[in-house]
Amino acid sequence: MLKKIIFFNLLFSTFITQISKSAESGGMPQLNPEFWISQIFWLIISFGVLFIVLSKFILPKIRNNIELRKSEILDNIETAEKQKTEAENTLKNYDELIRKSKNEAKNYFNDARKKIIEDIEKKKQILDKEINIEISKAEAEVAELVNKAPEKIQKIAIETSSDLIRQLIGEEVNNSSISAIVDDLYKKNKGRYYGN
Amino acid sequence: MAANPMTQFEVYRIGPEIKINQIDISFTNASLFMIISALSILLIFNLGSSKKNIIPTKIQLLAELSYSFISKMISDTAGNKGKPYFNLIFSLFMFVLFCNMFGMLPYSFTVTSHIIVTFFLAALIFIGVTVIGFIKHGFGYLKLFVPSGVPLVLLPLIVVIEIISYLSRPISLSVRLFANMMAGHTMMKVFGSFVISLGIVGGWLPLSFSVALTGLEILVAFLQAYVFAILTCIYLNDALNLHH
Repeated sequence: MLKKIIFFNLLFSTFITQISKSAESGGMPQLNPEFWISQIFWLIISFGVLFIVLSKFILPKIRNNIELRKSEILDNIETAEKQKTEAENTLKNYDELIRKSKNEAKNYFNDARKKIIEDIEKKKQILDKEINIEISKAEAEVAELVNKAPEKIQKIAIETSSDLIRQLIGEEVNNSSISAIVDDLYKKNKGRYYGN
Repeated sequence: MAANPMTQFEVYRIGPEIKINQIDISFTNASLFMIISALSILLIFNLGSSKKNIIPTKIQLLAELSYSFISKMISDTAGNKGKPYFNLIFSLFMFVLFCNMFGMLPYSFTVTSHIIVTFFLAALIFIGVTVIGFIKHGFGYLKLFVPSGVPLVLLPLIVVIEIISYLSRPISLSVRLFANMMAGHTMMKVFGSFVISLGIVGGWLPLSFSVALTGLEILVAFLQAYVFAILTCIYLNDALNLHH
């Protein structure tokens, strides 16, 4: 605390001495008119030269530079916008082209499919016809066989039964009576063997 | 010299004494700093305007920013009619700013800390603005002293006050700049001499004050140049657009 007081006392006293010294030496040099005319004279010269050179040579150049930049920037923006619209148009064209080619590809595909389906149909029909012919042929053969089958069976039945009877009784039996019995049995059981 | 804070404002002859008809126009340290300021402004702005790059260089940017700064200041205060006076206000602002800033260098001389310099500039502005006002409006310019909407009883008083305020413009304009510069530089000198007199032990406090003051003074140097220029614009606005 004491140190502080001494310190500020010192500060204050030096300040006072400064002020008093300046007061002793006659105050402000600004109020001494000795060099007033000289200052005004040189002020007119330096400020005049500054003003003339600035306004004649330098400031117009700066103004031009700023305007040039502004106009150039505007030009650049304009060209950029132009290029943007051009790019957009190109993009549109490109999209349309792609759309068209996609459609075309679809059409090609559909055509090809139709053709193939038609071909397949045709071939199928031809094949069907052939198959039908074959089937009918086979059916005819089967029918023939089926028609012939009972006679053969009857014959076999008559022979076997006559053989059997001969073996059993050791006597010839009249074939016609056997066949009459076989016929009778056959007629009775016809549906059972060949029908559905 | 170090003891007296006012010696920094003393003007002294450099070179021989020049006299024309008993009038002393010798080259002094004040003249030297006026010419240094003017030449450095010309140098900087010449460098800043000689190139025409679309993307500006640093010095070009400086020149163009100061141009648009002053241009905006004029159009904000005086409108479009103030455009023809751009060159003058630009020169004024730059001259005052550079003189103030050169004054911040140690052992330099502050041109604007002399009342005669600032008063001459302010008188130039005052006379110029008054002449412009009379050219633009004729004797109608005198309406400036008669505000509208004032009761008749008060009118004589108001007119007298307006005239006094108008006539005190150059004084206030010049004294503001001069007093600011002088006070700041005196303070800095005083604190500087404190550093010396208190020595290594106690000198740190005034030194820190001195550092802070230097920053403040640089701000004041810019601000006073700005105020000087903007007041010029306002006076010009009064002369160009008669509002009252």
